[in-house]
Amino acid sequence: MTAYTATVEVRLKHGVLDPEAETTGRALERLGFELEDLRAADRFEVDLEADSADDAAERAGEMAERLLANPTIHDYEVSVEER
Amino acid sequence: MTVAVVQFGGSNCDRDTVRALAHLGVDAELVWHEDGLPDDTSGVVLPGGFSYGDYLRAGAMAARSPIVDEVRDAADAGTPVLGICNGAQIGCESSLTPGAFTTNESARFQCERVTLRVENADTPWTDHFEEGELVEFPIAHGEGRYEIDDDRLDELEAEDRVLFRYCDEDGEVTSEANPNGSKHSVAGVLGERDSVAVLMPHPERVTLPDIGHTDGQGVLRAFSE
Repeated sequence: MTAYTATVEVRLKHGVLDPEAETTGRALERLGFELEDLRAADRFEVDLEADSADDAAERAGEMAERLLANPTIHDYEVSVEER
Repeated sequence: MTVAVVQFGGSNCDRDTVRALAHLGVDAELVWHEDGLPDDTSGVVLPGGFSYGDYLRAGAMAARSPIVDEVRDAADAGTPVLGICNGAQIGCESSLTPGAFTTNESARFQCERVTLRVENADTPWTDHFEEGELVEFPIAHGEGRYEIDDDRLDELEAEDRVLFRYCDEDGEVTSEANPNGSKHSVAGVLGERDSVAVLMPHPERVTLPDIGHTDGQGVLRAFSE
């Protein structure tokens, strides 16, 4: 068994309105920053022990499917690093 | 025979719902989620509130709690199940009903009266109304914007599974009358069976006559049949 950190990034699917990100972008503009768009995402870092990086990624993917993401509105990405 | 009003930590419309049901002569009781559904459960309400502090997403944690598996089994057996507000978010998070309720277009919590148009009056939740009838319910939510992909929404509409839409006082469905940016102004939908429904507006807050309007009685009367 090897120690890994699996990182799961959950973001709204393209085309799904993100009012919080829009509000945040407008607040940045009020502070004088110039920007074209802003997207927000949730990032989860899961420490786990697994036989292989693939195994760790598979388990993190299942966590995303079953809880961390809502497949109706979210896409997610999993990456794995040895700890 | 009793309607189980399921309490999670953070539920706050649970007692209102029991009072509203009792006013209609429906035997209802509060059921703490860890205790499971009573054997004589004849109906289930997932009430409003902020279960688990809306952690992760509104309804996400409660939807994965063991009692929701029991609710799903009950729903599959034909027991009426109604999700109101946070209960609607739990219903969608648990796939009892399709779609998702997410952050309002305004990015704000909104507490106001809205007008709803009855879209399908041939369900246990709406058969006290006429199709096209206008009713007034309050909303109180920050995450009530109905989202679903376009194909699935087409399917839902083709199957007549939209219960209510937000509309103006003339019954017109307009973007101005849509309080939260819900797709196609959807305020409530049916699950795969018409005995399962969720809606963001609060029928239990417009049921007791001494509070004022009583339009919500029509929805809750589903449990007295």
